[in-house]
Amino acid sequence: MLTKRVIACLDVRGGRVVKGIQFVDIIDAGDPAELAHRHAAAGADEIVLLDITATHEGRGTLIDTVKRTAAQLFIPLTVGGGIRSAEDAAAVFNAGADKVSINSSAITRPELIGEIGQSFGAQAVIVAIDARRDANSSDPGGDAEVYVSGGRKPTGRKVVDWAKEAEQRGAGEILLTSMDADGTRAGFDDELTALVSQAVQIPVIASGGAGNAQHFADVFGRGKADAALAASIFHFGVTDSWSLKRELQLAGVPVRL
Amino acid sequence: MIQVIDYKAGNLTSVVKALNYLGAQTHVTQSPDDVRNAEKIVLPGVGHFRATQLLHDLQLTEATREAIARGVPFLGICVRLQWLYEGSTEADATDGLCHYGGRCERFPTTFEDAELKSPHVGWNSLENIRPDSLLLRGVSPGEYVYYTHSWRAPVDADTAATTFYGGGFTAAVERANVMGVQFHPEKSGDTGLKILRNFVEL
Repeated sequence: MLTKRVIACLDVRGGRVVKGIQFVDIIDAGDPAELAHRHAAAGADEIVLLDITATHEGRGTLIDTVKRTAAQLFIPLTVGGGIRSAEDAAAVFNAGADKVSINSSAITRPELIGEIGQSFGAQAVIVAIDARRDANSSDPGGDAEVYVSGGRKPTGRKVVDWAKEAEQRGAGEILLTSMDADGTRAGFDDELTALVSQAVQIPVIASGGAGNAQHFADVFGRGKADAALAASIFHFGVTDSWSLKRELQLAGVPVRL
Repeated sequence: MIQVIDYKAGNLTSVVKALNYLGAQTHVTQSPDDVRNAEKIVLPGVGHFRATQLLHDLQLTEATREAIARGVPFLGICVRLQWLYEGSTEADATDGLCHYGGRCERFPTTFEDAELKSPHVGWNSLENIRPDSLLLRGVSPGEYVYYTHSWRAPVDADTAATTFYGGGFTAAVERANVMGVQFHPEKSGDTGLKILRNFVEL
């Protein structure tokens, strides 16, 4: 049986793992390679490494960090941040990434999704969407807007529409981050995740708001997520993936144990 | 020495890394002569079935066929398991190696009245493991491996293990020296390393 995936995310800035709350107030959480291995040993199903300031500061992805992280890591590794071309993606794959996550650059030039998929397969391209609800709307989930550049710039595009376009252009998965829930540890945005998951046929990874096992169970159930990603609850030893997945199993969620 | 074929489609870094981690000596090659004279061959896979054309263009298909015929252990990964069959609906005009019968097809969009997501991404279990499989020696039914694919190979007598997603498909195929795995052993944690070690130690 296909299991629900628990993904540990490492937000990297300047070669260090950092963690913010609602995309700001950033604090240091350690070395990316060391943390990736610790997460893998603790039962994470995948590792995502996001260079969160690459687009903002106009830098390329930290290839050396990717190389060090990928060394002896035998579970899937996704890398995102600053990937603007198929060449950028190739460099990241050559450094040991299994998938790339593209965000701002896919909005700027949606053809990029297909270009990377052409060479590396659709399954290797994750389109990351940073979503913020429209608090003034009568349909805050349905009207949720896509933000880019690390959550700094609104695009005027609706999240569900963009997810559908990304799928149609050949994305292999959608990584949906709720900016409203991010860092709050108050639970994922189940409603928005379900909207997106039902709108596309490709897997959806929920992100933002993980605080405990129930939040994961909710987003896999109500939220219809195929995978869920978290950062701070793992970094600071609140829980580890094995403990989390044992709780999920008791709640009836299929997980790899 | 394991010849790892580089056909410039997808990434083989992870496969080489895993084989080296297990102590195997590897050589990344595009040369038909290297393949023809290989002791062992690994053909990593990620990407489109169409990339098969490049194997033909580089004369690697014929070289592989010759090596296989003299008993050289061969392991195809992911889309390269599919290559061992007659072809795939992903690229109808491109022939496979035709070592195994049948064609690869896309996952259905619905299964048992429910929508089925595609690609099939994530950790799924190996079932119906053939007891005589050398590649899967020491692997128990229910062990998890990592998948990411939209096309799959049919189940037949050469199937060494199945996985269930929208029905059963071939997770691993093995007849004598010719083996393939649909999952990514290089990304499947300890179970994947065990399978690669079995191949390295053949």
